Amino acid sequence: MKDTVEIRWHGRGGQGAKTAALLLADVAFKTGKYVQGFPEYGPERMGAPITAYNRISSSPITVHSNIYEPDYVVVVDESLLESIDVTKGLNPKGAVIVNSARSKEEIAAHLHGYQGAVYTVDAKSISIKALGKNYPNSPMLAAVVAVSKVMDKDAFLTEMKASFRHKFAKKPEVIDGNMMALELAFAEAQ
Amino acid sequence: MAVRERLSGNEAVAYAIKQINPDVMPAFPITPSTEIPQYVANYIANGEIDTEFIHVESEHSAMSATIGASAAGARALTATSSCGMALMWEELYIAASDRLPIVLALVNRALTGPININADHSDSMGARDTGWIQIYAESNQEVYDNFIQAFPIAEDKSVHLPVMICQDGFITSHGVENILLVEDDKVKEFVGEYEPEHYLLNPAEKMAVGPYAVSNYYMETKRGQRQAMLNAKQVILEVAAKFEEMTGRRYGFFEEYQMEDAEYAVVIIGSAAGTCKAAIDEIRNTTGKKVGLIKIRVFRPFPEEELAKALSKVKAAAIMDRSEMFAATSGPLGAEVRAAMYQAHCEAEVVNYFYGLGGRDITVSDFMTVYDNLETMAKTHVVTGMYDYIGLRSGQSEEVMPPKNMEV
Repeated sequence: MKDTVEIRWHGRGGQGAKTAALLLADVAFKTGKYVQGFPEYGPERMGAPITAYNRISSSPITVHSNIYEPDYVVVVDESLLESIDVTKGLNPKGAVIVNSARSKEEIAAHLHGYQGAVYTVDAKSISIKALGKNYPNSPMLAAVVAVSKVMDKDAFLTEMKASFRHKFAKKPEVIDGNMMALELAFAEAQ
Repeated sequence: MAVRERLSGNEAVAYAIKQINPDVMPAFPITPSTEIPQYVANYIANGEIDTEFIHVESEHSAMSATIGASAAGARALTATSSCGMALMWEELYIAASDRLPIVLALVNRALTGPININADHSDSMGARDTGWIQIYAESNQEVYDNFIQAFPIAEDKSVHLPVMICQDGFITSHGVENILLVEDDKVKEFVGEYEPEHYLLNPAEKMAVGPYAVSNYYMETKRGQRQAMLNAKQVILEVAAKFEEMTGRRYGFFEEYQMEDAEYAVVIIGSAAGTCKAAIDEIRNTTGKKVGLIKIRVFRPFPEEELAKALSKVKAAAIMDRSEMFAATSGPLGAEVRAAMYQAHCEAEVVNYFYGLGGRDITVSDFMTVYDNLETMAKTHVVTGMYDYIGLRSGQSEEVMPPKNMEV
C-alpha cells in the first residue's frame, strides 16, 4: 500500500498552493504515475488558510478522503506555523518543507516536537531573484520534488519546461526565470 | 487507443460535452459546477464546437431554456449544483413529464442552510421524485463515461426521459485524477446524431408541449413516465454493454466489489465508494474477514430486485446516506434498499448511517469501524446507532438522540 506518496500543502488563499499541488500532479502524471491533486475548500477568500493534497502512486488510487498522515508537508507561508499544527500526523520518516529565510533550527522550534526532517527554502528570495516577483509556489514545488524524490530531477525539469512553454506561450520571456527558480530551489532543498 | 490524460471531474464532463457537440446549452453559474459551462464557453469561443450557448439570468431560466430547446427538437443540456437545482425544481418535473431527453450535469453540493459549498447528495436526492434518471459516479473516469452514455439512454425511443449525471462536488469535480478518454470519432459514433421523433419545429406534425392535463389525463401521464422508467432499465444495460464493447469498461446498475463471498456489506453512492474499497482491501488482507461493497450507479430507475439479490447472502449491511431526510430511521438510499430487502425477505441486519454531509470527510478508518459494527450486529442481532452520523464531533451526538421519553 505504501507505494503511494502522500503530500499535504498548507498555504494562504492566493499564494498558489492549490496550483502547485495541481502542477505536481501534472508532472508526476507525465512521468507515468497515477496521481491525485485536490484542494480542500473552506471559506474562499484571499489570505485564508487553505490546504491542498497530492497522492502519487505507481498503481491506481481509489481513496477520496483528505490526507491525515502525509509523508511530506509543504508550508508555503510560514506565518501559518503560529496558527496551524502543520506537522500533525506527518510521518516521522518523511519531512516538512517550509518557505522561510530562517534556519531549519529556528523553524523546528515551532513544529510541536516533530522528530522528522525539516527543510527550509527561501522561496521568496529565490522567486525575486529569478522572476523579480514573489511567486513562492514554483520554488516550493521544486523543493518537494527534491526532498520526496517522487521523480528524478531531469524528468521533473524537462516536464516543467514543457508545461511552462505551454502555459506561457504568449510570454516566453518568463520561461527562463521560472526554470531558474526551480533549479535554485531544487539545489537549496538538498 | 484510449487517450491517457489527467483531468478534474468538471474538465472531464466539459470534454465529453465538447466531443458530443450538443445543439444548445443554457447555463447559469454556481459553485462547484461553474467550470463546466465555463470550459464549454471556451470551446465555443475557440470555434471547437458550434453549440448555442444561452446566457440566462437564473437556473430557473436555464432549465426553462433547455426545455424549450429540447422541445423544439434540439439536443440540449445544462449544468448546475445545489441551490441552482433547487431553483430549477418546477422545471425538473416539467422536463420529465414532457418526456424531453435533456441531460443535466449535476455537481452534487449540499443544499443551504447553513450555507455550504461542499459535497453531499441533498440536491439530487431531493429531486429523486421528479422523474429524472439519476446516474452517479465514483471517480472522474466514471462521470466522463456516464456522460457519454447519457444521451443514448435519454433519447432511446422507449425511454424519452431526462438524465442527471451526478458527481461529488470538489471531491471529483475539482480533484485531478488519471483518466482514459475515448477518441472523438468514437464518441461521436457512440452518441450518434439526434433525430427527434416529435418536436415543435416540425411543420408536418403540429403539437403542443406541456398543456394543462385535467384529472382524466394526469394519471395516465404519470403511468407513462413510470413505464419509461421501467423501460430505461433495459436501455441502461444495453448502452452500458455497447460502451463496454468500445472501451472495455463495464457498467451496470451498481458495482459489486468483493461481494462474491461477502458477509458484511456497505451500500453507498459516489466518491466515498473508492475510500471504502481501500478499507475492504486492507481488512481482507490483514484479517481475511469477508467484507464487500455495493456502489449504486443508477438510483433512478431504482434496481430493487437486483439489489436485493446482491444482498441476499450477507449477514449485515450498512446503507450509507450522504443526505438527510429526517425520516424515522433512514436516509433516501437506506429507505429504498431496506424496502427492496424487505420485499425479497432478506434476513440481514441493516443499519443506516449518515456521512459526508456538507463535505464532512470520510476516511478508510471510518469504513473499518463500520465493518466492525456490522460484525457485532450480525453476531448479537442487535442493531444500534440508527441515528449515527459518521464523523460527527462526539460532544454533539446527544443532540440527535431521541428524547428519553420517546425511547422504545
